[in-house]
Amino acid sequence: MWIENVVCPFCGCLCDDIAVEVEDNRIKSVKRACSNGRSVFLHAPTEARRPVVDGKEVDWPDAIDAAARILMKSASPLIYGLSSTASEAQRKAIALADLLGASIDSTSSICHGPTSIGIQSQGEPTCTLGEVKHRSDLVIFWGCNPVEAHMRHFARYSVLARGKFTPQGRKDRTVVVVDVRPTLTARNADIFLQLRPGSDYEVLITLRAMLKGARLDVAEVGGVSVAQLADLVERMKRCRFGVVFFGMGVTQTGGKHWSIAELVALAAELNAHTRFNVMPMRGHGNVAGADCTLTWQTGYPFAVNFARGYPQYNPGEFTAVDLLARQEVDAALIIASDPMAHLPRQAAEHLNRIPTIVLDPEMNLTARVARVVLPTAIYGISAVGTAYRMDNIPLPLKKVVNSPQPTDEQVLDWIIERVKT
Amino acid sequence: MIGIINGEVYDPQNGVNGQICEIWVENGKIVPPPDLEKRGGAQIIDASGMVVMPGGVDIHSHIVGAKVNAGRKFRPEDHRDHVRSRTAYTRSGSGYTVPSTFLTGYGYAELGYTTVMEAATAPLTARHTHEELEDTPMVDKGVFITMGNNHFIMNCIRTKQLEKARHYVAWLLGASKGYAIKIVNPGGVENWKWGRNVSTLDDEVIGFGVTPRQIITALAWINDELGLPHTPHIHGINLGQPGSARTTVETIKALEGRRAHLCHLQFLSYGGEPGKSLRSGALEVARAVNEHPNITVDIGQVVFGQVTTMTSDGPLQYRLHQLTGQKWINDDVEGETGGGIVPMEYKRRNWINAIQWITGLELFLLIEDPWRVFLTTDHPNAGPFFCYPQVIKLLMDRDYRAEMLEKVHPRARKRTVLAELDREYSLYEIAIITRAGTARALGLKNKGHLGLGADADIAIYRKMDDKEAMFARPYLVLKDGQIVVRDGQVLHEYQGRTLYVAPSYDPGVESDLRTHFEECYTVSFENYPVAPDYLPRSEVVSCT
Repeated sequence: MWIENVVCPFCGCLCDDIAVEVEDNRIKSVKRACSNGRSVFLHAPTEARRPVVDGKEVDWPDAIDAAARILMKSASPLIYGLSSTASEAQRKAIALADLLGASIDSTSSICHGPTSIGIQSQGEPTCTLGEVKHRSDLVIFWGCNPVEAHMRHFARYSVLARGKFTPQGRKDRTVVVVDVRPTLTARNADIFLQLRPGSDYEVLITLRAMLKGARLDVAEVGGVSVAQLADLVERMKRCRFGVVFFGMGVTQTGGKHWSIAELVALAAELNAHTRFNVMPMRGHGNVAGADCTLTWQTGYPFAVNFARGYPQYNPGEFTAVDLLARQEVDAALIIASDPMAHLPRQAAEHLNRIPTIVLDPEMNLTARVARVVLPTAIYGISAVGTAYRMDNIPLPLKKVVNSPQPTDEQVLDWIIERVKT
Repeated sequence: MIGIINGEVYDPQNGVNGQICEIWVENGKIVPPPDLEKRGGAQIIDASGMVVMPGGVDIHSHIVGAKVNAGRKFRPEDHRDHVRSRTAYTRSGSGYTVPSTFLTGYGYAELGYTTVMEAATAPLTARHTHEELEDTPMVDKGVFITMGNNHFIMNCIRTKQLEKARHYVAWLLGASKGYAIKIVNPGGVENWKWGRNVSTLDDEVIGFGVTPRQIITALAWINDELGLPHTPHIHGINLGQPGSARTTVETIKALEGRRAHLCHLQFLSYGGEPGKSLRSGALEVARAVNEHPNITVDIGQVVFGQVTTMTSDGPLQYRLHQLTGQKWINDDVEGETGGGIVPMEYKRRNWINAIQWITGLELFLLIEDPWRVFLTTDHPNAGPFFCYPQVIKLLMDRDYRAEMLEKVHPRARKRTVLAELDREYSLYEIAIITRAGTARALGLKNKGHLGLGADADIAIYRKMDDKEAMFARPYLVLKDGQIVVRDGQVLHEYQGRTLYVAPSYDPGVESDLRTHFEECYTVSFENYPVAPDYLPRSEVVSCT
């Protein structure tokens, strides 16, 4: 049986035109997905797994009891992850953090957290991906590499897509790539500006200055000639509808949020000449949803702490890496993420020392060191849920196969009930 | 069963004007007084010295959805000094002008409001709006769906296929679980996607060959044909501009007698010339409203202090960003609408802000029929919703009003008739402009009154001379017959209903829609509608 219009839950593109062939509760084949998406569908675990406590398989009530005990005993728990689960589960995780007086943070803090801080200082002229498809004649990719990381972005949204006012697709657009190395995305660009690593901030303020008519007495900035920068400014002013997609090449290097603030200010100022927008290239399938749910429940997009009974926000203080590296948390609940594999050594080491609970469909590295492992269903494959695309459009995740595992949402509900009683 | 006795009841829908009478409640509804035997087992609330009203019904507020959430996200400075701690029964949260969802629900209930309408959602993001509504407790709620810059509708108007547009609107309301048709700067938001706007009703929408006038009249016709419970809810063109009073009057005339609601009228009632002068145009606009019984309005009264301006009116928000130099969010939504957000502060000593404040009050006092003018602050655009009690005091107490007028910029005072308007609203009229009238305009037959069979949504206030203090802290609030607030404090969380409409349509329109989705959207037709499971408690309000 073929199931059509399936949303791929893997990356921030959330392509919703996937067809999946299912036979005997197994995914046989996948149409239209990129290689990332295809492997997510084809290699999804469907066998029954029992929870594990202290290395031993146990029944669900015992596992929930063990998890709740760890969290209730903790003076300063951390809830972390969230970017690959559904918004329904994210909302429960925040409810649990509120109940416990915990810190809660998503993987945003190690990807586009600086984007949120930049937006908090300067705002964000943005749009949905369909606006880019239909109108953009100048598309800039800054510090991101969609050809390898968001493989269908070009075709569905930004470069090859043919829209109402861009009927010829690629021919109607100028594509600019700004990066520190010639990526595969750069090879597809009309113009490639190769920056010296760490010089995004200088280049961005230079572009702003040039937009305001400043004369420069240098020949190059950040490894790019002033003539090339002047050419880019002219193109940005003269285009009909411009957009900058940006990634971790600019959010996690050099000036971090200072660079993002400059980028946003540049785009805002270009609106005096034409229409210009920016959009962060969100990585995980529902990392945008983690920002959304945390914001509507607490007021803040990441790095939230409830120890005082109300939400406080402070990146650098309540971000997971910092809390762990400074050894300020004494228990952790990890949801749909693998911090042991991704966080800096100091942070990962502390995670290894404290009692950790993992909710995840996969037996990942964090699960291998966790005290309690709660194997859950996969949203978008064996559970329904909601995910937010990189432009914050919410999409319904389908269940294409049945799973014996409970969902993250159910498990969090059980933990909340247990903590309350 | 609960009996509320000895209270002064204000129930304008049923003509009750401060008489002492009993209100009985059972199973969430208003019921007839029971016999003596049953009375014995009832919980009795002695409302001596108190005022009993239906629960408040807010006809226009921005409380949830993509735009509000973007406003929360980019304003940590709005939240850090305005927090609420969790209790055993309620959630924590933060935010002043853009509070988190739980705080919004609690805040409304703690003013005696039991129904709130979210004023603008792009249908493409409706799923987000409904997720937030599930986390907005205490109140019943509904969502207005923006349609004034919708490509499918504009194409239908150009090709003179209004019947097809009608079926589409019916489908769209059902698909987005919306309550009403919202129109925001018709055509101007689409033009903003090319950096332009519209300034007259007959300007052309770029690439579509239609005009704002055609969009408004087509949607007003569709609204009547579908028999929707509410009217089209219109944010007109030229909002905030000197001279907007003229286009507002033209809009009223363009409707040619069709029913419509004009929202936050204050922002659309300025005289003067763009770029040259600004004055209140309230006299001109109030006269037009008084002469056209097909029109209802809400005011969007300015409250001095911090606000977060947020509308689907993209070009307006860009202009505010340029005027104030404040940070700016813009959000263009494919094929449907746009939007923007800019933080602001209204200052007494700023003559423009003072004229805005005066214009709103003049409209309240010059529009004669309270059943057609409603209290809003266009939360959080002109002021936060929890400032409603202050606005009530300004309307009920002319001495207080005169005192406040003395404090505003003298240049604004020179150009106003406000000092000459000595009308004072009565409690009966306040009950109309905050409850009975809004419920009637929304077509909510079970709300805004205390007649038999009405929803038992009730607010009880201690009668006080200081009307701001009185309305800021109800003694009790009942939602569906349960006491949920005592002494201005939420007692426990309660999940209200989401109210929506599901008018019937010709399913034949769906084949056109499939083509339209392939050409216009980046999501598929199948993944667009909001499934009913997003609404844990809901009620379909029927069309006539």
